[in-house]
Amino acid sequence: MYLVALKMLFGDQSKYMMLVSGMAFATLLMAQQSALFCGLMTWTYSPLVNMNIAIWVSDPKVEQVNENKSLRDTDADRVRSVDGVAWAAPLHQSIVVARDPTNSNFKFITLEGLDPTTLAGAPAKVVEGSVEALRRPGTVVIDLFAVERFSEGRDSPIGVGDFLEINDNQAEIVGIVDVQRPFIGGPFVYTTYDRAVGGYAYRSRKMLTFVLAEPAPGLTPAEVARRIEQQTGLAAHTREEFKWSTIRWFFKNTGIPAVMGITVMIGLIVGMAISAQTFYSFVLENTRFLGALKAMGTPTPTLCKMLLFQSIAVGLIGYGIGMGITVAFGRMAMNTRQIPYAIPWQVPALVLGIVLLISSVAALSGILRIARLEPAIVFRA
Amino acid sequence: MSNDHAAQGLHAVRMRAVDKFFGEGDARTHVLKSTDFEARLGELVMLVGPSGCGKTTLLSVLAGTLDADGGEVSVFDTRIDQITPSQLTRFRAVNIGFIFQQFNLIPTLTAAENVSVPLLIQGKPNGEALKRAKAVLETVGLGHKANDRPSKLSGGQQQRVAIARALVHEPRLLICDEPTSALDRENGALVMQLLRDVARAPNRTVIIVTHDSRIYSYADRMAEMEDGRVFRVLNSPAEIAEAHHGH
Repeated sequence: MYLVALKMLFGDQSKYMMLVSGMAFATLLMAQQSALFCGLMTWTYSPLVNMNIAIWVSDPKVEQVNENKSLRDTDADRVRSVDGVAWAAPLHQSIVVARDPTNSNFKFITLEGLDPTTLAGAPAKVVEGSVEALRRPGTVVIDLFAVERFSEGRDSPIGVGDFLEINDNQAEIVGIVDVQRPFIGGPFVYTTYDRAVGGYAYRSRKMLTFVLAEPAPGLTPAEVARRIEQQTGLAAHTREEFKWSTIRWFFKNTGIPAVMGITVMIGLIVGMAISAQTFYSFVLENTRFLGALKAMGTPTPTLCKMLLFQSIAVGLIGYGIGMGITVAFGRMAMNTRQIPYAIPWQVPALVLGIVLLISSVAALSGILRIARLEPAIVFRA
Repeated sequence: MSNDHAAQGLHAVRMRAVDKFFGEGDARTHVLKSTDFEARLGELVMLVGPSGCGKTTLLSVLAGTLDADGGEVSVFDTRIDQITPSQLTRFRAVNIGFIFQQFNLIPTLTAAENVSVPLLIQGKPNGEALKRAKAVLETVGLGHKANDRPSKLSGGQQQRVAIARALVHEPRLLICDEPTSALDRENGALVMQLLRDVARAPNRTVIIVTHDSRIYSYADRMAEMEDGRVFRVLNSPAEIAEAHHGH
């Protein structure tokens, strides 16, 4: 009987197309907005992704990775002295203005000052030049986003060998890296810690933003982070903890989740309205045939299951199309690097759940009618 | 009478003092008024009467698609007014074939797929059901139309497909609601010939509700209804011919 149900559904092409389009549109709206939201959230903790460090030590008041509440210079040594810390390195992070001397084009940048000895936290994916070249004086490594931003208005793109002026200090570009874009601030510009605090960054009393640390072999980052907290009184976050506290901060302090949530709700409402109405009208048009099936001895639960099957089939087809478009759009977006986009498994799973809910509600509208339908209706002309 | 069972008077359907009401309060209407009706094995019985006299309601009650409000309804010795709804549904699926005035063929299924539906309802595998459906379509002269959708068939052909659908699971009782009202004389005659042949099969009964006086001559017996009651039963083709002189 499920085959009969499918043929009834596919045979009514206008209703079928309308149902599938409604489901695909709802899926697209929900999945795309969720993917944009996840992409934005991913950008909020870009330093964590780009530096790939296990433990981040900060002032206890720091709630997220983009906050720059400085530590004392001696705090790096205090962290190093904690039992279970394999190594610890200073990191300066701040937002400053950089200028392209060739055209006076200036942009905000996120300055990252790395430990000069180990270059701990240096990006792994080098597109051009070398991160090691940072050991030469007066040098910086910029990311692809910086190339894009500083190339505006130039005859040729900015690149290795060109110069930037950062806080009135000349800095030679010695490398270009591929890292994840930030949500706050501008492109990432990497230099050494001493160079950052010695002139590139705006001067303040304390300049150490984070201490980056790795656990000794055999210890987990969480174990060592708790030891650091106990022994130094500082906050120590594993990468995962810091990621989630950053996301929580954006949830609490920005309207982004609400805006995205509203769009997802609109997707749900639109999907439900279109699908439920169209499906109900499909059931209405087929009442005579469904009544005939009932008269011929099809049990009501079987008819209800047929309707649910039809609705879920349409939902899954629409979901497939909608997710396909979402992924295709995602690929384009990721290639342009302009649009935040991330599709963790939770997005398709959540949207699938909602689509199944919409399908069930749509089916319910028909089921309520069919459950009450008297088979004797088929004898009325 | 068309066969031995009919001759012996074995009952296929027996209704005793059946009442049926529609509506509530002031709008309550007494549609079947302590009505009696019976049909025997091996005969084709017609139920006739003016519009609104309760023919369709009586047909619905004896088919088990509508509950009676009083009286006894027995089909093949099963009191269908006393069994549970799910037992009744199962009873209909196995024992009753339906032919509707508007055919009610599912437009998106082929003729063979439409005919296979009663077998699918009984849980038969799709392949087996289709094979049997095609064989039955052959018997109604539509084997060559097995893969056509109803929209490609004439009214007469559609009704023959509906007959094939009603017969495919070999029910003992065939319920026909105005089977020829949408057909011209020639197709009507073809359909009635088929139904009469069907009624002559062993252990089968055909009950037809009709307004179409052109087909009265195919009946073995006729029950005439008026105002919610069977007021006269004509027990032979000769009596029918005499009562409906000129038809």
